[in-house]
Amino acid sequence: MIEVEHLTKKYGDRVAIQDLTFEVEKGKIWGLLGPNAAGKTTTMRILTGYLPATEGRATVAGYDVFEKPNQVKKIIGYLPEVLPLYNEMTVNSYLHFVAEIKQVPSSKKKAAVSRAIKVAGLEPVKGRLIKNISRGFKQRVGIAQALIHDPQVLILDEPTIGLDPAQIVEIRSLIKSLRGEHTIMLSTHILAEVTQVCDGVVIINEGRLMASGSLEQLSTSFQKKEGVALKVRKIDEAQLELSRFMGVEKVSRQNGELIVEWAGGKDLREEIARFIIERGFGLIEIRSLAMSLEELYLKIVSGGTPQ
Amino acid sequence: MRNIWIVAKKEIRTYFSSPIAYAVVAVFLVLVGFFFFSLISWFNSMAIQMAQNPYYYQQVNINQMVYSPLFHNMSIILLLMLPLLTMRLFSEEKKLGTDELLFTSPLSVNEIILGKYLASLFVLLVMLALTGIYSIFTFAYGNPEVAPLLNGYLGLFLMGAAFMAIGLFFSSLTENQIVSASLTFGALLLFWIINWASTSASGFWQNVLNYLSFFQHFDEMTRGILDTKDLIYYISFAFFGLFLTHSVIQSRRWR
Repeated sequence: MIEVEHLTKKYGDRVAIQDLTFEVEKGKIWGLLGPNAAGKTTTMRILTGYLPATEGRATVAGYDVFEKPNQVKKIIGYLPEVLPLYNEMTVNSYLHFVAEIKQVPSSKKKAAVSRAIKVAGLEPVKGRLIKNISRGFKQRVGIAQALIHDPQVLILDEPTIGLDPAQIVEIRSLIKSLRGEHTIMLSTHILAEVTQVCDGVVIINEGRLMASGSLEQLSTSFQKKEGVALKVRKIDEAQLELSRFMGVEKVSRQNGELIVEWAGGKDLREEIARFIIERGFGLIEIRSLAMSLEELYLKIVSGGTPQ
Repeated sequence: MRNIWIVAKKEIRTYFSSPIAYAVVAVFLVLVGFFFFSLISWFNSMAIQMAQNPYYYQQVNINQMVYSPLFHNMSIILLLMLPLLTMRLFSEEKKLGTDELLFTSPLSVNEIILGKYLASLFVLLVMLALTGIYSIFTFAYGNPEVAPLLNGYLGLFLMGAAFMAIGLFFSSLTENQIVSASLTFGALLLFWIINWASTSASGFWQNVLNYLSFFQHFDEMTRGILDTKDLIYYISFAFFGLFLTHSVIQSRRWR
């Protein structure tokens, strides 16, 4: 549904995103995950036709974003990072205005507005001025305006930012309920949001693609390595001996712990534990490690590069 | 066309659902009312004096003695007040982030610009139309000529339209409304008085400076002279402003 090829955006000399390539399947929810300033908003702005790319191609539902911007704009619903709300309008009249500029035919306008109000749960505030409603409701108005023309594709930039935990749960379940009918891409810097809501993820950092694919694909491909973290009294001795241990690929030291890694598929945990005790290295703690999405993401955020 | 109307309708509603339009229109009417009153009082005393001399009596003309100076005063008030109406048009959208909604909707940049421009012209029209109330008195107690009166209003409207287009342009340049209004005001004032410099210029440049001045063109219209050259001047000024606005918005998005 959404295809991005070698997308690059430069603001003057500053590179915001570089050579991004990914794909989002129809009817799925895809997360665009990355720390702040990773290029998430820029990517979304390009997809929605707000910004042009410096290089590369992006298509939405087969329409090129740069060649057929108006076609693309008609089928995209977009929630920008900064909510595009007119404070002096009521929720109702704001949604009517959005329906008009999104070219909803006037015969269907009323129905479209009341549907969006219903889906986003805005019934209690629909007659109030936007400036007087709470942050959570404002976020819902933002989502309602993105939904109003029943778009095939929804692009949501940080849909849960600034909300309290209960509201976050509500908005997430609202997004999940839209799966199937709409193809959704949402950006976030919270991994939990991706694992709870999304079918797949594109991870970017400093404008570069780090990983992309469905959650299952990613979690299996990153579990190629297994390992344990050890705390032992004789750490130098243990490091030396373990690095010669049969099957072990790498022994490294991190925060006073030994990280022992081996290729996925076999389980060396028992043997290693026995070996340490037999040698008398003074075992204090042993903990199994799996290279999860979370660790991958943490590595990216802390400045490391994934394989 | 429908899209232009959608944007215009929303902008008009914003003007009139906030205090902006009411404040600007009310202040405008109070000031114009004051000028009108002073001019009429002066005209009355002059008329009584001049009536004693048959030669001067021929010269008593309400169009020239009241309306011509009144239109000049009104044009100065417009120069001061219209930047306040245009300053928010694009600056506010940018500041609030609502431009992202507008520019990701299937509206063209031209439709957005024209919609906003039409809305501002509507407020101008309301301002000018309401001053017509004062003329009820001159028509009730005197006999002003209608054609020069309408000509003066046409001049005010066209000049206001040119001011608005310049204001729209400066509003598209910045997200700060104060900056937008200051730049507009400065530019308008400069174009108003640019003919002053023509006294020290000569030949071609003198003509250019005179031609560029708002004042020069307006002066003729208040005296009841309808010249296509003046019409073309104002309309091309407005187009120029809209064209610059379009260029700014396009280039900002493509940068």
